[in-house]
Amino acid sequence: MKPLFRLPGVAPLLLVFSLAVLGLLIVLPLGVVFQQAFAQGLGAYLTPLRDPDALAAIRLTLLVAAISVPLNAVFGLAAAWTVTRFEFRGKTLLLALIDLPFSISPVVSGLVWVLLFGAQGWFGALLQAWGVKIIFATSGIVLATLVVTLPFVARELIPLMQDQGWDEEAAALTLGAGGFTTFFRVTLPNVKWALVYGVLLCNARAMGEFGAVSVVSGHIRGLTDTLPLHIEALYNDYDFVGAFAAATLLASLGLVTLVVKTGLEWRFADELAASRRH
Amino acid sequence: MSSPTARWRQPSVLPGFPLAFGLTVTYLGFIVILPLAALVLKPWSLVLAALRLSFGTSVLAALVDGVLGLIIAWTLVRYEFPGRRLVDAIVDLPFALPTAVAGIALTALYAPTGPLGALAAKFGLKTAYSPLGIFIALLFIGLPFVVRAIEPVLQEFDREVEEAARTLGASDFQRIRQVVLPALAPAWISGVTLAFARAVGEYGSVIFIAGNMPMRTEIAPLLIVIKLEEFDYAGAAAVGVAMVVISFGSLLAINDLQAYLAQRGRA
Repeated sequence: MKPLFRLPGVAPLLLVFSLAVLGLLIVLPLGVVFQQAFAQGLGAYLTPLRDPDALAAIRLTLLVAAISVPLNAVFGLAAAWTVTRFEFRGKTLLLALIDLPFSISPVVSGLVWVLLFGAQGWFGALLQAWGVKIIFATSGIVLATLVVTLPFVARELIPLMQDQGWDEEAAALTLGAGGFTTFFRVTLPNVKWALVYGVLLCNARAMGEFGAVSVVSGHIRGLTDTLPLHIEALYNDYDFVGAFAAATLLASLGLVTLVVKTGLEWRFADELAASRRH
Repeated sequence: MSSPTARWRQPSVLPGFPLAFGLTVTYLGFIVILPLAALVLKPWSLVLAALRLSFGTSVLAALVDGVLGLIIAWTLVRYEFPGRRLVDAIVDLPFALPTAVAGIALTALYAPTGPLGALAAKFGLKTAYSPLGIFIALLFIGLPFVVRAIEPVLQEFDREVEEAARTLGASDFQRIRQVVLPALAPAWISGVTLAFARAVGEYGSVIFIAGNMPMRTEIAPLLIVIKLEEFDYAGAAAVGVAMVVISFGSLLAINDLQAYLAQRGRA
């Protein structure tokens, strides 16, 4: 590509500035996580990870992701099918609602469940009478996670399916395929990489979510603390090595997500949403 | 007498309206309205301080992200250098790193005992446990939004237009200021808006570095959590509503600005 500036020295200057900003603001914090975790050697790093509370937190985080990610993936497919294959009134509103969780604070996303199901919430008394616990329990954590991760899959699929149109589905239908056959043999293969991409991002957020989960969890160690909440608890106890050791797990998850995501972008650029092509 | 004043009050032959009216309003303002306002707003002072802090630092961080993001996107799109794709991927790190992890990492860096915090202290700056710390965390969270919003537009920007400007004798800076930047404006505003919206609601990366002193470094989302811990559901919901209303109000205003700019760009 032709250099934009003819002025000598501007390009290196901009490059150095950009790299400095990214290094200082973004790469350095990541490095600090690992440096702090291993500050007192490998033994001190591994001990907090073998703690029963830490293991419980990891199990809970995996469980919450295992429930919420598939649900939001199914929702994403249904929403994308609805929005891109049919014309109906109120579609703009529906699209805005799908994006809504991105524009409200995660804390508010958690708060709404407390207002519904908390002890003094709308259904609080009813739930108490039935002996059902949602807030300060796993189900509340799942609900809060569902809200904040709702848009991820839908957002990847909608622009792509809009771009692709429905010619191939129409062809399958005229050839006598049924609705579900068309969906599983035509639609799904066409969007599979975008689906993987969306699920990947959805999963990263589900495992790393802090604000929304913090509101509904109740912070009972070994019981309702997810991994991010466990990190907070250790940090507030001044157990910095423990906190950063647990943080390396989530940081590694983030790095793996980033690598796979970048790989998908390079390899399957054309099969991802148009907005991702760069 | 000018016409708007005439319409505002009935004409009269008697003198002294400006003096009497001015005196009355000033007197009322100081003796009645100001104390009443204090009465109405005082119970909300904690909330107002938190909202001001949240929205103030978010606007500031989003705008600075706007400048940094523009330069970074520019560098990534317009220059070829070894490792460009790696650097491009790194931009997304704040998206991928869970907020709690970012929070404790930034705090470790910028606390008075941390390397950058100690450095800043030499210059008399307090980074962590001050509004500046909140600003830094929000800067981290918002940067990718701006870069990712601008990149595709910059990529597809019609280079022939730029070439035309060049052949017509425009200097580098003229070309950037008058040709490229106006074309980038809508995408830039989108990116900054996204960064702003995310920053306002941000919780995990901020609460560790903020220090959370009431009235000074307590952000609005934290206030919700505190009120919930006190089982003050109504109070928590009120702060939540205030946040949502202000956010959506500003998003609508920005939307209008964008529509206006797009229209002017076409004209």
